[in-house]
Amino acid sequence: MPVETWLTFILGFMILGSIVALEIRDILSSIVAIGVVGLGVSIAFLFLQAPDLAIVQFLFEIFALIILVRAFVKKDYHIETPARVNGFMVAISLLVLIAIFVSSISVFKLLPPFGQPLFETASHYVNYGTEETGAVNLVASIILDYRAYDTLGEVTVLFTAILGTITILRIRKGKDAGRKGA
Amino acid sequence: MNNSKQGMTLIVKTVTRVTVWLIVLYGIYLILHGHLTPGGGFGGGVILALAFLNIMLAYGREATQKWLNLKFLEDIEAVSATLFLFMGLLGIALGGRFLINFLPKGSPHALLSAGNIPILNILIGVKVAMSLFLVVWVLAGLHEEKGGQS
Amino acid sequence: MTLYLMCFALFLVGVYGLLTKRDLIKIILSLAIMGYAVNLFLILFAYKKDAIFPILLKNVAQSSMVDPLPQALVLTSIVIELGTTALLVALAIRLVQKYKTFDITKIRRLFG
Repeated sequence: MPVETWLTFILGFMILGSIVALEIRDILSSIVAIGVVGLGVSIAFLFLQAPDLAIVQFLFEIFALIILVRAFVKKDYHIETPARVNGFMVAISLLVLIAIFVSSISVFKLLPPFGQPLFETASHYVNYGTEETGAVNLVASIILDYRAYDTLGEVTVLFTAILGTITILRIRKGKDAGRKGA
Repeated sequence: MNNSKQGMTLIVKTVTRVTVWLIVLYGIYLILHGHLTPGGGFGGGVILALAFLNIMLAYGREATQKWLNLKFLEDIEAVSATLFLFMGLLGIALGGRFLINFLPKGSPHALLSAGNIPILNILIGVKVAMSLFLVVWVLAGLHEEKGGQS
Repeated sequence: MTLYLMCFALFLVGVYGLLTKRDLIKIILSLAIMGYAVNLFLILFAYKKDAIFPILLKNVAQSSMVDPLPQALVLTSIVIELGTTALLVALAIRLVQKYKTFDITKIRRLFG
């Protein structure tokens, strides 16, 4: 089968999975459905000849799943409790989204057909990447040599986000200790 | 060995004691071969973090805390992020531009090739592993603290 | 073109969740869905027919390779997405502890 058929199947599966994840009331099922969608993205990356991304997406999906389950799945919270938006608002937002979708079809027709990209800048990386950097894996040569400055920024962003997470999660402890002291 | 009621059963602890080293080995393999095969610092770092997480889940949080120095992990994280910056500054000193590849390139397909790409991969892997493990550690601590209060 | 449209539909599903859900966790999940759609669209757009992955193999002559540049950019994006998810989860935990509810319309009332 050609790649397009597989990808159409995977994308349809992902759309279905994300609708299930948003509409189901049980929170654990919802998080698991999101995990399934993420693994679908990983398989799609494999079909699109990006094994680097497939590995990284797979692992980070597992980790995000662990974080979400660890944080939210407890004894006292398994079902989505808040009242849902009424049917009128849902209908209006659905109508607006469908209108956006239909009007975007003409824009997507302007794009080049699938399988014939327009990018020309990267031919230098493909032709001379291994000579200039010595790395066989061209993705590694880009993220750590040609665009290592991007990666430095990325490491900084990750550092800041994790630092913020740890700080926010540790506030409570100090507050409790202060209250006990007083 | 600590056979208290923390963590999971004895079977899980024994199996973990054997398999966690294989997981660590796979993570180190992915990091070191980042310039030859798919993977690299980010993927290998997550696998190392998952290995630590495996120990934490099997042996319980307090038993892990006895032999794992968390302050040390935070220091490793910050130091590896700083060393990344230091490699960039070294590039200015030795090559003329920020983060330039100043080490000898070597021959393609060899493990020791590609200049400082493997070094940067190792730094990124260590940093990602430590930071992600710290997040899950703090989350788990929150869970227990809350359970203890109620 | 069908694939691009389906990817856009996946993005719109995320927007729909963001607009109509009132649960904190569902909002975080909607953001994750939008992230998947954007990453997948970049890689779909860079795919070249009959090309192989951008890694040189030993002793094999290679005709054409996929663009490595969007793959490097998406690699960055995936990692940052996990960082933002962790930050959002931390904020949501603190909100729930303070207001005792997952409903964002009640959180808006600012008591306590």
